[in-house]
Amino acid sequence: MDQSGFANLKPRLVLTGITKRYPSVVANDDVSLSIRPGEIHAVLGENGAGKSTLMKMIYGVTKPDAGTIMWNDQYETIAAPAQARRMGIGMVFQHFSLFETLTVWENIALALDEPVPTAKLAPRITEVSEKYGLPVDPYRLVHSMSVGERQRVEIVRCLLQEPKLLIMDEPTSVLTPQAVLTLFKTLRRLAAEGCSILYISHKLDEIRALCDTATVLRGGRVSGTAIPRNETNEGLARMMIGGELAECRLTPREAKEERLKVERLSLASPDPFGTSLKEIDLTVRSGEILGIAGVSGNGQKELMTALSGERLSPASMIKLLGQPAGNFNPAQRRALGLTFVPEERLGRGAVPPMSLTQNALLTGARKGMVQRGIIHPSVMKAFSKNVIERFKVKCGGDQSVASSLSGGNLQKFIVGRETMLQPKMMIVAQPTWGVDVGAAQLIRQALIDLRDQGVAILVISEELDELFAISDRLAVIADGRVSPSVKPAETSIEQIGTWMSGKFGDRADDRAASANAHLETANAQA
Amino acid sequence: MNPIVPMIASTVVAATPLIYAALGETVVERSGVLNLGIEGMMLIGAVTGFATTYATGSAALGFLAAACAAVALSLLFGFLTLNLQTNQVATGLALTLFGIGLSAFVGYNYAGLPVNRLTPITIPGLTAIPVVGDLLFHYDIMVYLSIALFVGVQWFLTKSRTGLTLRAIGESPSVAHSIGKSVLKTRYLAVMFGGAMAGIAGAYLSLVQTPMWVEGMSAGKGWIALALVVFGTWKPTRIVVGAYLFGGVTQFQLFAQGFGLPIPTEFLSMLPYAATIIVLVIICRDPKTILLNQPASLGRSFHSAA
Repeated sequence: MDQSGFANLKPRLVLTGITKRYPSVVANDDVSLSIRPGEIHAVLGENGAGKSTLMKMIYGVTKPDAGTIMWNDQYETIAAPAQARRMGIGMVFQHFSLFETLTVWENIALALDEPVPTAKLAPRITEVSEKYGLPVDPYRLVHSMSVGERQRVEIVRCLLQEPKLLIMDEPTSVLTPQAVLTLFKTLRRLAAEGCSILYISHKLDEIRALCDTATVLRGGRVSGTAIPRNETNEGLARMMIGGELAECRLTPREAKEERLKVERLSLASPDPFGTSLKEIDLTVRSGEILGIAGVSGNGQKELMTALSGERLSPASMIKLLGQPAGNFNPAQRRALGLTFVPEERLGRGAVPPMSLTQNALLTGARKGMVQRGIIHPSVMKAFSKNVIERFKVKCGGDQSVASSLSGGNLQKFIVGRETMLQPKMMIVAQPTWGVDVGAAQLIRQALIDLRDQGVAILVISEELDELFAISDRLAVIADGRVSPSVKPAETSIEQIGTWMSGKFGDRADDRAASANAHLETANAQA
Repeated sequence: MNPIVPMIASTVVAATPLIYAALGETVVERSGVLNLGIEGMMLIGAVTGFATTYATGSAALGFLAAACAAVALSLLFGFLTLNLQTNQVATGLALTLFGIGLSAFVGYNYAGLPVNRLTPITIPGLTAIPVVGDLLFHYDIMVYLSIALFVGVQWFLTKSRTGLTLRAIGESPSVAHSIGKSVLKTRYLAVMFGGAMAGIAGAYLSLVQTPMWVEGMSAGKGWIALALVVFGTWKPTRIVVGAYLFGGVTQFQLFAQGFGLPIPTEFLSMLPYAATIIVLVIICRDPKTILLNQPASLGRSFHSAA
């Protein structure tokens, strides 16, 4: 439905002056917003801008401290999600609220407020899922489904309750580009039927393609409203971050000797819900960044544990600086000059109840912090202070405990720590996940600087834009297999998207063939 | 007389308390709570049941009192682990130690006293059938109720909506909370049910198996019940099979001792426990069997943020 279609309708939901305070932060400050039937309304903002808090209040998960919520011209106090659902509000969470060991219909039955007999529920699930182009099998177990399929289950679960307002919290962060298009079709169809949609995101392109109107939040306050399709990305970004966005620059550079070579790496996953690695080949050279794209749950975690040494493999499968290292543990690999930033910050990247300085010691012990078994507190302190300063880590000083930092700030500290250990080879998983735009830029630039100093870097990320911006070469991981790598300039989002769904040649000779093909195109262009 | 029939009959009697305790614990663990206090609750149930029956002469009242006493103990466990979020393993162990001590203290004056044993019921016509009558229709009421309990728990976990909610909470309490299920309430009810069953299991020991009170008379059966839950991979059918298997081995070694087989009695007494360990090891040989069936949140405290 276009702008004119609903412009004359009465608003379905009106928020006025919503304020929510937490002990240390004001999450929402005097936020107002209104949405009409059939409108797709974007709520745009950086991480920590207060988008999720606002949605939680609409969905009855938390209560506002001040302000009013008006639903169909009536003031309402939404006390619980069940009440929100009865009113006709549905929400699809960013982190799915599904039970892995249960089937699709069991998951849906649990969330319905009125019990529906199984015999009736399954056909209804099939009916709704077909109507909106969201195929799901009611009898499948959730843990066997891909992330995209799980999202479908969440959406179908909401649709079964015939919502008048659907809240989507960062729905595309886990989808392939093709799946995003399918999702948009479904959402447009819902809107055409009169359902209002609140669409939370920080991806500007998507918002401009999909949404009719937008409210931009910054630091918990409304920093502007806009009609996204009349705006440029830069304009929206300015409202979102309150300044100009710096660009990363990747100057072409000759890659040198091989620092990491993975050959036919296969590893069965010990976790029944995990992904097994299958015949992975990849090479990272000195002075280049290899980006690995892929939808989460396709073996990224397993690849990371195999490369870092948390899980061992036959020695010859992984060569680090020319040395077979598959059977080396993480400490031995670090001794060779490898550093890594795991995806999981608390618990893997840092020890939550220990101070930043102590966390620096964990991986930096070799950098003069320990001599003959004695810790040198001054060196340790200086190092962590240096990291805090260079990476603008917001914290109460080097003695604050890791768990007290926000996800983005802790990530800055961990990336800072690992880069300042002067690695020869660095592996980074989800470098900017949950990090605000400004800090993300800082982290990306730090990686590029390292590359320019000749460090070999492997980046595993779900953010395609990021990988296109900082990678010298790009590969895709899908279902535990890694695609051949290509230069970002020689591929397209569409091709990477196809690869992300697992469609690429997986045999060595296919790889050789495609590598040749790329050489030829490169030559032809030259 | 053929020794097989009495051996099977006594196997059933030996297995019954295990069935009560293990099925109760299954429901508790399926909700994500690990209560290691079964042994303690059984002993409290045993002494309470014995004392009540001794005073009133009614076995029914004895079982009822046993269940109530063990529920009270389980509520203490629930308050500590669910409200105060203490460590479930440590709290469960403390509960067992507490139960052992308290039951010995309370039962001091009851040791060695006689009580009327709960007698097997006779069904006119059926019990009189040779062999079959002895095998199937010559047990006390609690044996038949244990089978009803098995059917009930199986139905509850697989077919009922509340059972689905309970399993879901055991998988992921935070998700269940986010869709508006009361984790605390469900877990409390599960813990209380587990307590009641452990109490009945204890009373079965002191009112049926050896109709008297002896200090520490559960002799590790609470632990065996816990092992059965794991060995049965949290599935009622397998747990009941396991209970009869353990009961069978227990009785076999008693009969074997009676027949004077040239095997040291110490070795024979060890058999049921050894058999349990061996079966557990076989089951756990493939770690995925356990991982796939174990409730994902088992033993972890849940704290709702909102």
